[in-house]
Amino acid sequence: MVSVDDVSRTYGRRRALAHVTLQAGRGEVLGLFGPNGAGKSTLISVLSTLLRPSSGRVRYGSHTSDDTGDALRGQIGVLGHDLFLYSDLTARENLAFFGQLYGLDNLDARVAEALRLARLTDRADDRAGSFSRGLRQRLALERALLHLPRLVLLDEPFTGLDDDSALVLIERLRSLRERGTIVVMATHDFDTAEAVVDRAICVDRGRAWPVAPGVGSLRERYRRTLKERD
Amino acid sequence: MQKQSPVVPVFLAVAAGMFAYAPFLIDAAPYESTMGLIQRIFYYHVPSAMVMFGSAFVCGIASAVYLAKRSPQSDAVALAAAELVVVFGLIVLVTGPLWARKAWGVWWQWDARLTSSLVLWLIFVSYLMLRRFAGAGSEMLAAAVGVFGMANVPCVYWSVNVWRTIHPNTNVVRSLAPEMRLPFYWCVAAFVCLYVGLLLTRLRLEQSRRGLEAAYAEIED
Amino acid sequence: MQFFRTVLTIARKDLVIEARSRELAYTTLFFAISVVLVFSFSFVVEGVALTDAAAGILWVAIAFAGTLALGRTFERERQGDTLKALLLSPVERPAIYVGKLLGLLLLMTAVEAVIVPVIGLLFQAPLGRAPWLLVGLLAAGTIGFAAVGTLFAAMLIRAQSRDVLLPVVLYPITVPLVIAGVRGSAAIFAVEPNLAMAQAWLSMLVFFDAVFLTLALWVFGPVMNE
Repeated sequence: MVSVDDVSRTYGRRRALAHVTLQAGRGEVLGLFGPNGAGKSTLISVLSTLLRPSSGRVRYGSHTSDDTGDALRGQIGVLGHDLFLYSDLTARENLAFFGQLYGLDNLDARVAEALRLARLTDRADDRAGSFSRGLRQRLALERALLHLPRLVLLDEPFTGLDDDSALVLIERLRSLRERGTIVVMATHDFDTAEAVVDRAICVDRGRAWPVAPGVGSLRERYRRTLKERD
Repeated sequence: MQKQSPVVPVFLAVAAGMFAYAPFLIDAAPYESTMGLIQRIFYYHVPSAMVMFGSAFVCGIASAVYLAKRSPQSDAVALAAAELVVVFGLIVLVTGPLWARKAWGVWWQWDARLTSSLVLWLIFVSYLMLRRFAGAGSEMLAAAVGVFGMANVPCVYWSVNVWRTIHPNTNVVRSLAPEMRLPFYWCVAAFVCLYVGLLLTRLRLEQSRRGLEAAYAEIED
Repeated sequence: MQFFRTVLTIARKDLVIEARSRELAYTTLFFAISVVLVFSFSFVVEGVALTDAAAGILWVAIAFAGTLALGRTFERERQGDTLKALLLSPVERPAIYVGKLLGLLLLMTAVEAVIVPVIGLLFQAPLGRAPWLLVGLLAAGTIGFAAVGTLFAAMLIRAQSRDVLLPVVLYPITVPLVIAGVRGSAAIFAVEPNLAMAQAWLSMLVFFDAVFLTLALWVFGPVMNE
C-alpha cells in the first residue's frame, strides 16, 4: 500500500501540490483526474521518488520516502509523459537495455513476451523513433512493466492510442489489478478510464479530494465534485 | 516579523569605526622604500583577498551541507558567501592592477596570486549566473559549483604558481617590517568585521525573502 | 560486480546509438578541426607559429570540442526524458555517472586520435619525441575535463539556458587542467624540451583528476534528486 501524507511541493511562490493526502492499496486502480496544470504530473513524480516533497511524506508499505534506497525503485514502474524510450534503439534493444538495468534474468524470454504483449513482435527490430505515437506508447508501457513492479504509475497512458489499443491497455490494467499491483493513473480520458478505475481523485490547483461514488458517469460525478468545491 | 537581532549593526558599526581610524594608522606606518605611496594600497588589497578566499571556503562548506542535508539555511549562507566572494574579489581585482600599474608600469602581469583570484572570481560569478538563469532547482546545481569552487582553490593556485614561477619576473612580497604590522592587522580585522556584518545582513535579507515566498504560497491554501 | 556491469551496459548503449548515426563523432571531429584552423590564423605569423602555439591550440580544441560533445550527448538523453528513466531504475547513481563518462571518454579519444596528428602536421610538432608522456597528458587532461563536464552537463539537463550555462560554469573550474595540459605539452614540443617538467605537470594532472572524480562521484547522487 502506498500513502501520501500531507505532501506539499512548492516552487518559489507557486504551490504545485498543497497538502495532498491519499492512499492506494493493493489490487486497486486509482485515477487522478484534473485540468491541465493541476498538479497530476507533479504528484506522479513525487510518487515515483524522483521529486522530493517540500513537506510531508510518502510511505511505501513500511518504507518512507526518506530512506528510498535503490531497491525501492526496482519495485516501481513509471510510464512518463515523454515515454522514456531511446529513439535510436530498436524496440527489442530498448527493452533489453532496461531489462539489464533492472537486473532481470531470463532476459530474452521476457523481452519476447513483452514484445508479444505490446503486439510489436513483427516490428521488434525497427528503430523506436520510426514508430507512431500509439506504437511507442505500447512499447513504453511494456518497458514500464517489464520488471513486474508492485507500484505502477501512468501519466496520460491513453494519449495517442486508437480504440483497439485502448481496449488492450484496459485489459492489461485489469490483469495488473488481479495480480495485486497498485496502479495510479493520471488521465483526462474519463470515458475510457471509467471502465477500469476503482476510485477517482480530483486534482485541481495542487489540491486533491476524492470524487464521491454514486449516481452518474465518472465525468458527471467529477464535475459535480469540482463544482461543490468552488 | 522576527525581532531584529542587535548583532548585525554591531558588526557593521565596529567595521565602520575601524575603517575610519585605519587611515591614521596607515599614515603613521613607514613608507615602503621602493614603491612609495602606492604601496599603501596593499593594506586594503591583501585583507580583501584574505576575506575573498575565506568566503570561498564558507560557500563551499555551506554548499556541501546543503547537498547533504538540503537545509534552506545552508543554502542561504552559500548564496550570501558567493556574492561576497564576487564583491571582495572585485576589490582585489581593481586594487591589484592599480598597484601593479604604479609599481611596475603595467596593469596586468599575470602574477600568480592575481590570476588565481581572477579564476576564483569567475567561478563564483558562474555560481551566481547559475542561480539567476538556470530556473527551478538551481540551488542544487549551484551548490555543486560551490563545492567544486572551494576544492579548486588550491588547484588553481598551485597550477598558476608553477606556470608563473618558471618565468623570471615574479615579484616576491617581502616580509612585513614590524612598524607595518599594526596597521596591516588592523585592516585585516576591519575587513573581517565588514565581511561578517555584510554576510549577516545578506542572510537576514534572504530570510525575509523566503518568508515572503512562503507567505505567498500559503495564501493559495 | 553490479556496478561495473551497469557502467558497461550504459556505455555500450551509448556506443550502439553512436555507431548507428555517427553524428556525434563526425560533427565533433570537424568542429575540432575548424577550431584548430581558426586559431591558427591568429597565431601563425608569416608562416611560423608563435612559441607554444601548437600546445595551446591543441588544448583549446579539446576543451571546445569536449563541451560540444557533452551538450549533444545529454541532449540525446533529454529526448524521451531517458535520463529520468535511468534515475528511476534501481542502479546506483554513481554507476550512471561513470557509464556516461566512459561513453564520452571514448568519443573524445577518437577525436583526439585525429586532432593530435593534424596539429603535428600543421605545426611540425614533434609528436614522437615522448609519445607516452604526451598520451599520458592527453589522457589525464581529458579524463579531468570529462569528469567535471559530465557532472555539470547532467545537472543542467533540465535547466533553462543550459547551452550557454555549460561553458560558463565549466571553463573556470577546468582552468587548472588546461594550464597543466598546455604547459606539459608545450614542455614536450619546445625547441629545448623539458621532459622532467612535463612529467611534473602530468603528476599534477593526475592529482587534479583524483580530486575532481571523487567530488563528482559524491555530488552526482544528491544533485540529480530534485
